Amino acid sequence: MSWTLALPLLIPFAGAVAALLAPRLGLRPAAIGIVTAGLHLMASIHLAFAVVDGGILASGMGGWSAPVGIVLVADALAAIMVVVTGLMGLAIAVYAAADIDGARSKAGWHALYLALLGGATGAFLTGDLFNLYVWFEVMLIASFGLMVLGGGRAQMDGAVKYIALNIVATIFFLAAVGLIHGLAGTLTMADLPGRLAATDAPMAKGAAAFLLFGALAVKAGLFPLWFWLPAAYHTPPVAVTAIFAALLTKAGIYAMMRVGLLVFPEVPLGEILLPVAIATMVLGVIGAAAQREVHRILSFHILSQVGYMALGLALATPLALAGAILYMVHNIIVKAVLFLIAGIGRRLTGSFDLARSGGLYAASPVLSVLFLLAALSMAGLPPFSGFWGKLALVQAGAEVESWAAIAAILGVGLFTLYSMTKIWLQGYLKPHPDGRARGLDALPAAARRLLLAPAFALVGASLVIGLWPGPFIAAAEAAATGLTDPQPYIRAVMGAPV
Amino acid sequence: MEPVLAFLAGLLAATGVYLMLAGHMLRVVFGIVLLGSSANLAVFTGGRLTESAAPLIATGSSLPEGVVANPLPQALVLTAIVIGFGFAAFALALALAAHRRLGTVNPEEMLVAEADAGPKPQPVVAPEPVPAPAEAVPEPATAAEKERRKAA
Repeated sequence: MSWTLALPLLIPFAGAVAALLAPRLGLRPAAIGIVTAGLHLMASIHLAFAVVDGGILASGMGGWSAPVGIVLVADALAAIMVVVTGLMGLAIAVYAAADIDGARSKAGWHALYLALLGGATGAFLTGDLFNLYVWFEVMLIASFGLMVLGGGRAQMDGAVKYIALNIVATIFFLAAVGLIHGLAGTLTMADLPGRLAATDAPMAKGAAAFLLFGALAVKAGLFPLWFWLPAAYHTPPVAVTAIFAALLTKAGIYAMMRVGLLVFPEVPLGEILLPVAIATMVLGVIGAAAQREVHRILSFHILSQVGYMALGLALATPLALAGAILYMVHNIIVKAVLFLIAGIGRRLTGSFDLARSGGLYAASPVLSVLFLLAALSMAGLPPFSGFWGKLALVQAGAEVESWAAIAAILGVGLFTLYSMTKIWLQGYLKPHPDGRARGLDALPAAARRLLLAPAFALVGASLVIGLWPGPFIAAAEAAATGLTDPQPYIRAVMGAPV
Repeated sequence: MEPVLAFLAGLLAATGVYLMLAGHMLRVVFGIVLLGSSANLAVFTGGRLTESAAPLIATGSSLPEGVVANPLPQALVLTAIVIGFGFAAFALALALAAHRRLGTVNPEEMLVAEADAGPKPQPVVAPEPVPAPAEAVPEPATAAEKERRKAA
């Protein structure tokens, strides 16, 4: 067992237990949340450096090697995702220390939050299909808890839809895993392509692939399986929505990339995924344009932007995948920070509803600048972080002459700009209808620091990616190469030490 | 034996889907349970059914002797049953909580989170929430009430 691989998994769960026990020990769960998330980020960065130095890292757990035991694997893509998970985990844990009220905190909010981080990390690191299912369940049950904790009427309403649809998706996932195991006799993802290619049951393979991609499409929020997301994401506290927006749908896309390109290379995924991705992008952004509350606009934009990542997977060239991965990293950071800023904005204006808020530019120039930077980055304007991923996707679309994809990327970008402009005009420039927009100094000093620090850090991270994209593009290209040429991954897993 | 179990899995899935289409949270939960059982059965059957001994390894040996059943699908199903059981319990609790807070068990009528979407708000169909049973401790409504309870 490699501690480098296991630590990013062990830390969040140890922290979750500590956060549950904290009230009895006289400690603050929020503080444990921040410390654990910080350690998790450090372990993640350590893992990433190990991958940069030594290539793909794989290790069998529990004393069994592949293909019998469960193997944890960190290739470039997994390492990138784990580091981003660590970054978002820390930023939102800090924000949550001020955002989550005492009742939720006492009911175990921070423990569930850390379990969610652990579940996401596990999903990114596992090399076993059934284990992937289990990590998705861990993520899901933690997200259920976060979804309903302290819930009023709206939260319960959103939770019912979120939970019903997500449970059905995981059942499909399980059925697909069962079929695949029946066909191939193994569940180690690196062992599956060879074994599946040797079986002669196209119908069963097709059924398993259909169930699996259907389940992952629900998780990723792809059209037309996305209804749970806009029904639920605006109901819990902002910190919950931000971590959901950062991790849940992206874990679905990550699993699609992994499974689609490694396990089912012969399935013509792109033919189905291309129209689905374009429909997701276009309809998501149109849905956003119809909303008039900041957090609902942002929720619909999650869908539209997941479409970009699915588009990269549909084109499936190394450039398109690199673009999708770069876009995913950018989007995780910027989407979450927009939610965090929207949450601060609501504290200052009293409402998410654009008609009942305004005046933030006059009341709080600092918040306005943060929002503007994040919003322009989200719309994909140069030189912000969203630009580079989109540029790579457009180039990839031109290479394979998929003009519909290019038209969708550019058109949806324009609509995204429209939504961001709408928030800017109505939430920031327009005077508040009641003249009640307060400045940041109206917040208690401690809460102000906790709320603003993550916003500054994440906007800063987005600016760094935008202005100094070289290393990030190189990392995304390395991750994309690992997806299109899975042989090194397969060799690393099948020869993994115990 | 496999065709029988495959048919049974299909029947369970069909019944589960039928129940989930009903406008009642409890039926939806039962539908989820049946659908989950169908998937569990599919996993089990997918792992091949054999007339063979239990996969037990004698002391001092590292391999079982003779033909034994495949233990992996059983382990998978056991995990999935536990997870599914947790989900079912959670979904039931949620159905109860939603019924108490929203006053309806019909997901179609749960429009609180969507009431203010779009230019024309839909009226909330939900009637007055049903009061919680006497033995359940109602949530403290105000900070003052919380203080009073703490003092008591």
